[in-house]
Amino acid sequence: MSHEAVLHAHESHGHDDHGHHEHHDTFLTKYVFSQDHKMIAKQFLITGMVWAVLGGLMSVLFRLQLGYPDASFPWLEAILGKWAKGGQITPEAYYALVTTHGTVLVFFVLTAGLSGTFANFLIPLQIGARDMASPFMNMLSYWFFLAASIVMMSSLFVETGPFSGGWVAYPPLSALRDASPGSKSGMDLWIISMALFVVSSLLGGLNYIATILNMRTKGMSMTRLPLTIWALFFTAVLGVLSFPVLLSGFILLIFDRNFGTSFYLSDIFVNGVGALSNEGGSAILYQHLFWFLGHPEVYIILLPAMGMVSEIMSVNSRKPIFGYMAMLGSLFAIAVLAFLVWAHHMFVTGLNPFLGSVFVLLTLLIAVPSAIKVFNWLTTLWRGNIRFTPGMLFAIGFVSLFISGGLTGIWLGNAALDIHLHDTYFVIAHFHIVMGVASMFGMFAGVYHWFPKMYGRYLNNSLGYMHFWVTLAGAYMIFWPMHYEGLAGMPRRYFDFSIWESFKQFAELNRFISTVAMIVFAAQLLFIINFFYSIFKGRKVTDPNPWKSNTLEWTTPINPGHGNWPGEIPEVHRWPYDYGKDGVDFIPQDVPVGDHESSH
Amino acid sequence: MSTDIQMEKKKIHPYQFYLWAGLGSIVMMFAGLTSAYIVKKSQASWLEFELPNVFVVSTVVILISSFTIQMAVKKQKEQQENQYRGFLAVTAILGLVFIILQIQGFKTLEGNSIALTGARSNSAASFLFVITGLHLLHVLGGVIALVWISVRVFSSKNNINNDLPVKLISNYWHFVDILWVYLFVFLHWVG
Repeated sequence: MSHEAVLHAHESHGHDDHGHHEHHDTFLTKYVFSQDHKMIAKQFLITGMVWAVLGGLMSVLFRLQLGYPDASFPWLEAILGKWAKGGQITPEAYYALVTTHGTVLVFFVLTAGLSGTFANFLIPLQIGARDMASPFMNMLSYWFFLAASIVMMSSLFVETGPFSGGWVAYPPLSALRDASPGSKSGMDLWIISMALFVVSSLLGGLNYIATILNMRTKGMSMTRLPLTIWALFFTAVLGVLSFPVLLSGFILLIFDRNFGTSFYLSDIFVNGVGALSNEGGSAILYQHLFWFLGHPEVYIILLPAMGMVSEIMSVNSRKPIFGYMAMLGSLFAIAVLAFLVWAHHMFVTGLNPFLGSVFVLLTLLIAVPSAIKVFNWLTTLWRGNIRFTPGMLFAIGFVSLFISGGLTGIWLGNAALDIHLHDTYFVIAHFHIVMGVASMFGMFAGVYHWFPKMYGRYLNNSLGYMHFWVTLAGAYMIFWPMHYEGLAGMPRRYFDFSIWESFKQFAELNRFISTVAMIVFAAQLLFIINFFYSIFKGRKVTDPNPWKSNTLEWTTPINPGHGNWPGEIPEVHRWPYDYGKDGVDFIPQDVPVGDHESSH
Repeated sequence: MSTDIQMEKKKIHPYQFYLWAGLGSIVMMFAGLTSAYIVKKSQASWLEFELPNVFVVSTVVILISSFTIQMAVKKQKEQQENQYRGFLAVTAILGLVFIILQIQGFKTLEGNSIALTGARSNSAASFLFVITGLHLLHVLGGVIALVWISVRVFSSKNNINNDLPVKLISNYWHFVDILWVYLFVFLHWVG
């Protein structure tokens, strides 16, 4: 079905029946060059999963170095060749692994893999649209992401190695070709890949915004939108407004690297090269531009998870979400504050202390909407008739991690404390718990919950429970001890701690963390197996609404075609959280309001 | 059914929303660059220089082109095919003239030995080059879209009835016009 047909079908509100396909899809049009938002969502998900496995594997490799700095593993040399001479990872390879792990997890997995998957999948289904505002742009968005992935992947194989200056790509390591081996062609490929990625996010984000604002079905007012959609909406707005700033930062970086300009480089002395001929460049300028995206990026990662968790919790507690408007208001507040706190990543760069105190205040303000959200999740659970599905467990796990990681954010948001804590393992622990693992839990929750809609089959529950408990316990065992290491001053990004007397005490703890990391990684393979096995062999869905949910995606057939509804798009008469209302377990959104029904 | 269609017609087309959100993201890109400019200006080694005079001419040209694109919208509404085509073509040509004038401006600067890039360059000139260069690329995108729409209008009679392309391009065109006026004023007064 062409997008014109889709739009036409939308505009005439189902006066004609576009659900029936006149033509047959070939393998290429159905699975590769698909313009169906559901297929594009799956493409994002599976590409994201490939990166998650690779990125996770990289963390296992560098944890091996941190946990066993003196040991030699001959099999490492067999896989990594010159990057692990004598069975031990070289410092250059270590930095490359850390950098690539950060880049792909933040951007490819938790941005593209999370928003790309669920915004594409859920927006048309939950607002009652046949497809996105522009299915073609949507397809392009995925293809740009795939191109970015391929370029990033190819950077792993260049002679001088991938970029190794950290995922933030601060100059001069990123701007100066001679700064490190990874600063040569590895960095060229890194920045090309990231530019492609920005284009992909923009094409996607613009589509999500246009679709939500303009393609809702009859009766679907903005305040009847499920919180998932609201969260994805704010995510898209954040992306559309912050990624261009990152792009401008990158453009200046490309000019510095390739055309000899002095935006970020000054006349610094470089060993072996002498003083640079550049004049007056400022590396801090890059940090401002980077973190103007970098901080909203945290919420680009978190908000979709928050939205899905809200929805999944309400459905599986059989209770309306507590404080819908408060949830909405706090999403809005977080989205606004996200743009006003970037300099808290720069407290120790020589920032004016007065400016620092402004950023402290704004940063700590985020605790207010965050606390409102946590309160509302807990009160949604309160006295609910809870079904502990794997999706629900991951949603509850998200809240747990969000609280644990959020509390340390209050520490780090204080400029005074940050002087001691910045760039230590305390920071690693904080952002991995609150952003990395928490969002990953949101993503798992979403996959377990919407898998029946995606593939018409269920994931295996027993494997799901094992996956959940090992991951939850493992995540805390990995990151909790890092707080102690950070408080003791153990710096991040170091290759080997065994040469410092003061950090020798942590040798055993590091070994423990590394061992758990390997176990947790193995548990993720359990999920991967479950995922692919269930696509083909999972228990078939027989009830179109298996979770007894109110939202519109469950009014489609079990395996919806392109266009989603075979007949008319259902009209919406109520908000999505009528659970347990007037003694009725659930009332879907497309059920008209009865005469004697109380308003919510 | 007929009232239904009329109601639908009033609704803003999804592509229009898409474009507006896209303009928002372009605004942020230039906001980022001009903020960086302000930050950088307050630091050491900043070269003061006059903008090339040809930028004044290019400003006038792009302002006129905003007028011609609006005329194209009007003529499309009035279904005056020839004039519609004419104004589209004139706008595209004015866009090209703008691009040539901007490049002329860069050459003038280079001629006055103000290096835009390279080892001798000062970031004041590099910023001017990057910011106006990126704007120029956005104008070029607009010209390509104009040419594409013109070709479609010239090739088929039916396309005169579709008002969406010309609406979209006129929105975009006014936007790059206003963006240039902002950049010009910014570079002139702040720079």
